[in-house]
Amino acid sequence: MQEWANQLCENRQFGSKMTDSKYFTTTKKGEIFELKAELNSDKKEKKKEAVKKVIASMTVGKDVSALFPDVVNCMQTDNLELKKLVYLYLMNYAKSQPDMAIMAVNTFVKDCEDPNPLIRALAVRTMGCIRVDKITEYLCEPLRKCLKDEDPYVRKTAAVCVAKLHDINAQLVEDQGFLDTLKDLISDSNPMVVANAVAALSEIAESHPNSNLLDLNPQTINKLLTALNECTEWGQIFILDCLANYTPRDDRESQSICERVTPRLSHANSAVVLSAVKVLMKFMEMLPKDLDYYGTLLKKLAPPLVTLLSAEPELQYVALRNINLIVQRRPEILKHEMKVFFVKYNDPIYVKLEKLDIMIRLASQANIAQVLAELKEYATEVDVDFVRKAVRAIGRCAIKVEQSAERCVSTLLDLIQTKVNYVVQEAIVVIKDIFRKYPNKYESVIATLCENLDSLDEPEARAAMIWIVGEYAERIDNADELLESFLEGFHDESTQVQLQLLTAIVKLFLKKPTETQELVQQVLSLATQDSDNPDLRDRGYIYWRLLSTDPVAAKEVVLAEKPLISEETDLIEPTLLEELICHIGTLASVYHKPPSAFVEGSRGVQHKRLPGSAGSGESVESPDAGSAAGVSDAPPAVIPSQGDLLGDLLNLDLTPPSATGPPPAATSGMQMGAMDLLGGGLDSLMGDESEPPPIPLRTDTPQSPQLPHQSPSPPDYSPTELGGDLGGSPAMGAGFGAPPAAMPASFNAPVSSGGLDDLFDLGGGVGMPMGAYSPPKAIWLPAMKAKGLEILGTFARRAGVIQMEMTLTNKAMSVMTDFAIQFNKNSFGLTPAGPLQVLTPLSPNQSIEVALPLNTVGPVMKMDPLNNLQVAVKNNIDVFYFSCQYPISMLFVEDGKMERQVFLATWKDIPNDNETQFQIKDCHLSSDAASNKLQGSSIFTIAKRTVDGQDMLYQSIKLTNGIWVLAELRVQAGNPNYTVSLKCRAPEVSQCVFQSYEAVLKN
Amino acid sequence: MIHSLFLVNASGDIFLEKHWKSVVSRSVCDYFFEALERATEPENVPPVIPTPHHYLISVLRHRIYFVAVIQSEVPPLFVIEFLHRVVDTFQDYFGVCTEAAIKDNVVVVYELLEEMLDNGFPLATESNILKELIKPPTILRTMVNTITGSTNVGEQLPTGQLSVVPWRRTGVKYTNNEAYFDVVEEIDAIIDKSGSTITAEIQGVIDACVKLTGMPDLTLSFMNPRLLDDVSFHPCVRFKRWEAERILSFIPPDGNFRLLSYHVSSQNLVAIPVYVKHNITFREGSSQGRFDLTLGPKQTMGKAVESVLVSSQLPRGVLNANLNPSQGTYTFDPVTKLLSWDVGKINPQKLPSLKGTMSLQAGASKPDENPTINIQFKIQQMAISGLKVNRLDMYGEKYKPFKGIKYMTKAGKFQVRT
Repeated sequence: MQEWANQLCENRQFGSKMTDSKYFTTTKKGEIFELKAELNSDKKEKKKEAVKKVIASMTVGKDVSALFPDVVNCMQTDNLELKKLVYLYLMNYAKSQPDMAIMAVNTFVKDCEDPNPLIRALAVRTMGCIRVDKITEYLCEPLRKCLKDEDPYVRKTAAVCVAKLHDINAQLVEDQGFLDTLKDLISDSNPMVVANAVAALSEIAESHPNSNLLDLNPQTINKLLTALNECTEWGQIFILDCLANYTPRDDRESQSICERVTPRLSHANSAVVLSAVKVLMKFMEMLPKDLDYYGTLLKKLAPPLVTLLSAEPELQYVALRNINLIVQRRPEILKHEMKVFFVKYNDPIYVKLEKLDIMIRLASQANIAQVLAELKEYATEVDVDFVRKAVRAIGRCAIKVEQSAERCVSTLLDLIQTKVNYVVQEAIVVIKDIFRKYPNKYESVIATLCENLDSLDEPEARAAMIWIVGEYAERIDNADELLESFLEGFHDESTQVQLQLLTAIVKLFLKKPTETQELVQQVLSLATQDSDNPDLRDRGYIYWRLLSTDPVAAKEVVLAEKPLISEETDLIEPTLLEELICHIGTLASVYHKPPSAFVEGSRGVQHKRLPGSAGSGESVESPDAGSAAGVSDAPPAVIPSQGDLLGDLLNLDLTPPSATGPPPAATSGMQMGAMDLLGGGLDSLMGDESEPPPIPLRTDTPQSPQLPHQSPSPPDYSPTELGGDLGGSPAMGAGFGAPPAAMPASFNAPVSSGGLDDLFDLGGGVGMPMGAYSPPKAIWLPAMKAKGLEILGTFARRAGVIQMEMTLTNKAMSVMTDFAIQFNKNSFGLTPAGPLQVLTPLSPNQSIEVALPLNTVGPVMKMDPLNNLQVAVKNNIDVFYFSCQYPISMLFVEDGKMERQVFLATWKDIPNDNETQFQIKDCHLSSDAASNKLQGSSIFTIAKRTVDGQDMLYQSIKLTNGIWVLAELRVQAGNPNYTVSLKCRAPEVSQCVFQSYEAVLKN
Repeated sequence: MIHSLFLVNASGDIFLEKHWKSVVSRSVCDYFFEALERATEPENVPPVIPTPHHYLISVLRHRIYFVAVIQSEVPPLFVIEFLHRVVDTFQDYFGVCTEAAIKDNVVVVYELLEEMLDNGFPLATESNILKELIKPPTILRTMVNTITGSTNVGEQLPTGQLSVVPWRRTGVKYTNNEAYFDVVEEIDAIIDKSGSTITAEIQGVIDACVKLTGMPDLTLSFMNPRLLDDVSFHPCVRFKRWEAERILSFIPPDGNFRLLSYHVSSQNLVAIPVYVKHNITFREGSSQGRFDLTLGPKQTMGKAVESVLVSSQLPRGVLNANLNPSQGTYTFDPVTKLLSWDVGKINPQKLPSLKGTMSLQAGASKPDENPTINIQFKIQQMAISGLKVNRLDMYGEKYKPFKGIKYMTKAGKFQVRT
């Protein structure tokens, strides 16, 4: 680091020598004298030539300030060119000669009255550039006159002068009332004046974030839009950027602005195009999605963006950075334009890298084949950085487009076969990510990876490989040998690799305790005693204690199930994205950072947000609801970028499973304590590797008297022995915050499937067959939890029989036989009506469909949630537990139609407290269609009433255990939101019944 | 807005600086030089460079870096577009945009920059207006000025500056009234190993040279305007008329200007005018490689493919190439490994080919990378997209102008992978 800084310093010095000294040598004395004489010459021509020479010297950085009085003397001239040249000189040197500069004031005042507007404008322009406080006061009067000049050319120049003056002396400008005059100019008859006034105001507003200088209202907006059509390209940019700050009152105004801005998309100036895109992207948010115009607008946005990519590379770069934002917000705009992002081999590197990024964002199942072919092509190019990024991109495709994962893996394997060193390393790093996304799927490639073990010399690749070996230690016969080989040069490895190696060996030990005791002792001793790195040492101690206190707990913690990484590694966080969309075309959009984060000039910029959709009618509940729906699907969880991934992985290894869902139900209080300790304390300890760990843990060095085992050689780690041994020591108890005696070994509770419930909920998406609604199959038991057995399942009610329909898949390497199933007690007494019919053995990679009829005569116990079902499945390998939720509509019996009279009586009879109301949103069925649909799932409509255009359906449901549920469904024509009121003697079921309503109606 | 401008030559010297607000020390360019040093190729310098207090936005044109310094949030495209305009203006004024030309005309350059930007806001960037304000230097005018003592700075407010047609000055007079339009299309394509097209797109422009007296109002219509769905217009084009009738209606600027540029995307079928048969192979363990390349025309509507130039960056391991062209000449630079073959015109009856061997370093392993073949060519009298002008009419003036339309197709980034 230090070395690098020194080097940088040297470079800087070198740099300044190279540039500055060369030009800033003072001019030879004689030359100045000569010029002085010429400037004072009587001949006009000679004077002019002399001034030209002076200017020429000035432009190359020579100091000619000594000539100031002589040059100013030439100012009083009728020759416009000479005047201009003198003005040029003045602007440059007035600051260094403030006293002399006063001499020029009179001429300025006189020139501002000149009959020639060109001279008036020139004078007012130059005045503002003389950055001398003393002079500025004298200039206020001439400026005021020029702001009201009859000639628009002078007015527009004066408008800019106000901004200049503000930069020099803001107070003066406010006191003199120039800001108000400037605001008036927005209504000027000349579009150029309007544009310059807007530009000046925008610049002033930047330093006054709350001054409300640009008070935009529909009238001013209208004036700006009129001026937009007639002013220069630069003026258009100012006006468009200003428009983007406006928030229209409603969708109609929004549309009319969009309509008037759209022609700018065909402008030849790319900055105009991008500013127009910004306005459209922002105002589009307010348009209802079902509007025809909305679709038209979306279509119009693509061609100009594509055109930007055929411009010069610098323009392309800025455009690509912005397109990157646009595709994240509205992928539909460019989804068919993948090919324009294909890389040409002579694109500059910065363009190549951006294109690659966008290609991945646009990758989908439809175009993945093409994308992969391209990426593979890029991976054989010459530029190392680009090749690496291309290889990473393949991995990101695999994670993003699930269907392509297999093809991506085989592409990566092909690349590994090339044996090009950096390609191999990069491929291994991404394969690690693929393993994390699709555990237990592609492990067959591990052998190929291991072949390349020796060629890995980059820490990231080594660490990735070690992670893979540790994670799949049970499948790799010689995992211990492999890890041992890394251990030899332990101290020469980078921290990243050391930490990973430590974790991997501990994992290995937990998986194969008998053969690897020596190895784990060796690594713990290396980490704790021979290392100066506090992170490594502390992690070593934690493992050490964990293993010695309670190996079962250690297993639970270290081998905990890791959350799957989600599809995009570096999506911009949604609120930031919204803000950046408002800043399209600016530096913020190039850096993908909010302007407040880096622009020095903008003190306290307000955070811009996209406006919410006005939608149609009363659906405006929260302004964000609409915009959130605008993104085609819910933003996936953000996971850290590639660089952080490893740190993250290490971190996760230590996090208890609570990260994925609720902790196992059967944990005792003590266990929770331990978990909290690990989850909270250790997390922060491990989370940031550069952070020094908390002191209490740090003091626990081997020398500390607190630790019973302080012998330099680590103790025997036989799990049982040490568990009791160490556990009994008071020091350990203190360490874990609870007496160790209370540490029950109740870790063998069934693994929670909390995370799965969510999955199941999400699953309720796609179409249903005729009859009772049945949700699509969801993963109940993932293969990684069940030693290779994967169960997908759903419930259905077919001809009055409740069925549990499952797909069993064998993802392990060995044959599975002897399947059996059992349910725990549950709320409605569901129990299998027969044995699980899996007659043939299930060979590897084979799937089988099973339908298990159920009845409701089993033991009853109320579950939470009510429709939760805990299931145990056994096969020849082991017993596995999972829980799932059944839609309560499975329990609606076919004879649930109540008599009208009975219905009325029952309705009245049930106390009002038992009534619950729910809203079903976005349902576009007529009341009759809804009624028919519900009937299919045994929800019977008994009566229908229409009051004030609102249909009220009265419905009844009977559950298998005889509970009646009465319902009133209110449907208003044109309103997609239904209200359903449920009345039942057992109000607990209402929530479940409502879920079924929703599921049935929406499918 | 734009604070300052530095011009940096290929050897990394600042040879001109211009400040529109307070003076920014040229040491700010050190950050640019750092980036320049890091970049492997001159064109790989990132266009936007952050420094602690400023941002540097640069473009590279004619081997000169134009480095703009900005201090507050400014749209980078705005700056880049402006810099391009500066380059165009220099070229327009001095014929070339080189360090020598800029140094020779340093005062005019300074006057121009002052006129183009005020306080960082663009002021006059239309070449018509600038030319009225500051006369371009010509040998004749310099002589006249020296003799008569007159000046090359206009005394009058440029007429276009505030009119509704800021791009055209009034009082234009020609003895020969003429209007020429060049339809030039560049085809960009990537062709894969097997000869199928991965992407192909056409960037087209219509450049005009209009020398007409007075205030002519022109309309240009196309046989097949539906091709043009992605267009950028010169500000003179009336957008509404185009939207409604697909006719270009405009009052032209005086002189040379780009009327419109358009883009025919890969979704439409783009005809590929040439094909390449290639066979570049290296055998494992052998120090020889085979090189075999044949070119041929296709889909050229009978027009000749001319000025064909093939170039390819051969793998680093190639020491030399011993090839035999059936026509034209080839060169191979053993340092840069660049092979270029000047083919000339393709004769469909006798297809040009380049065959021979490449020698590799003895004992070196087979190169991994596959060279990409770059092809340049020209086809006269044809726009590959099929675009055709239907007619050109003039209103508003009485005289009969001389009209002409030329078509040409060129290769842009036309690449064949092997």
